[in-house]
Amino acid sequence: MAKSVEIHLKVNGKNHVGHCESRTLLADFLRDHLNLTGTHTGCEHGVCGVCTIFVNGEAVRSCIMLAAQANGAEIVTIEGLSTEGRYHAVQKAFHENHALQCGFCTPGMLATVIDFLKTNPSPTKPEVKEALSAVLCRCTGYQNIVKAVMEAAADMREGTVGASANV
Amino acid sequence: MKPAAFDYYAPTTVDDVMALLKRHGSDARLLAGGQTLLPMMNFRLAAPEVIIDLNRIPELAFIREAGGQVHIGAMTRQRALEFSPVIAKDLPLLHEAIKMVGHLPTRSRGTIGGSLANADSAAEIPMILQVLEGEVLVRGPDGERTIPAAELILDAMTTSLAESEMLAEVRFQVMPQGALFAVEEFSRRRGDFAIAAVAAMLVVKDGLCEKARIATAGVSSFSSRLRAAEEILEGRALDADAIRKAGEAAGASIEPVSDRNASEEYRRHLTRVLTTRVLNRAAESAKPH
Repeated sequence: MAKSVEIHLKVNGKNHVGHCESRTLLADFLRDHLNLTGTHTGCEHGVCGVCTIFVNGEAVRSCIMLAAQANGAEIVTIEGLSTEGRYHAVQKAFHENHALQCGFCTPGMLATVIDFLKTNPSPTKPEVKEALSAVLCRCTGYQNIVKAVMEAAADMREGTVGASANV
Repeated sequence: MKPAAFDYYAPTTVDDVMALLKRHGSDARLLAGGQTLLPMMNFRLAAPEVIIDLNRIPELAFIREAGGQVHIGAMTRQRALEFSPVIAKDLPLLHEAIKMVGHLPTRSRGTIGGSLANADSAAEIPMILQVLEGEVLVRGPDGERTIPAAELILDAMTTSLAESEMLAEVRFQVMPQGALFAVEEFSRRRGDFAIAAVAAMLVVKDGLCEKARIATAGVSSFSSRLRAAEEILEGRALDADAIRKAGEAAGASIEPVSDRNASEEYRRHLTRVLTTRVLNRAAESAKPH
């Protein structure tokens, strides 16, 4: 088996075919091969969480997954979260609560939070903080992020803001 | 922070894995969830020539009830365990502990078999295997064999599996009806590596502790049972005095590691405190509310 692999995958609803080395990380494949630079890389060893994306509907860290492992997968990145120019409910709540400053960790925060709210639609604040421990933010002090997640959860429960169908 | 080059194989059956292991021997590493192996490869602490990816083998991912036992395929994701009604009902201690394993996005990929075969000293799953006295089913060139919890992990990141073998399945006895249990962990940030963790299961009959199983994670180079503490509890009532003595025995009996996260003495202290806390919580849960 070769050190080079061919990869077929769907990213944000669009089919792609790519070639890369077997050692290429999924985060680097998205950024360098597909030019989807919204997925950020921070620590590159699965600790900071900023590279978190959706693979087959689940939040995963793309810096510790090989691109070859995503062959055949459906991926959603930050570029695919909004639909027809409308923010996902969690994006909207982040925007309105000033839950990002430099924005570097935000793509990872959003993927983590959206997956978290799927299995826990009515979280308590301590539960939100625990979920957020998966991503490091060095700007906000987390207070506004917690506020945004609580608001997004309420919005999604009441159906006032549509969750994106993409994820 | 990128892996060294390797040849990549993604077999779809266990038989194919066996053939690849036979051909590549010590050059090959099995890739399960990758939540520890890939960081190590990114750091180049590991640089295998060959990666055999187990993620395309459907027969390795399952949770089954089988005659008083629960059988779990090695590639079952930690996220699947977290939400499995079988695990919640039959192995409530594992259900509790799995939420402490890493973070949500690492549990999406991380597997039960990967955690055991990797044998990180701070990992919770090996600790639960010890407490529940589970065993693993291993596939090798000459067929299958089982390894009991006590014989699986030999040292930090070292198991008794041979190079030609693959951990295929994890087996637990269903926890006894009414068993008391608790798990406590100390880490700097929720989801980080445990500086110390203790889990316990107790069977109490007619007011006396009939069976006590207690184990650690993060304290020593690998998870081990706290037999001195278990012996103090067995045959006695679970009162404050017994719990205090068990906690002290736990702290005294371990061989803690010392590293940048915590000194030997601090880990000894944490083991005593967490053991006491776990036993108190387990005893409390027995009282009618």
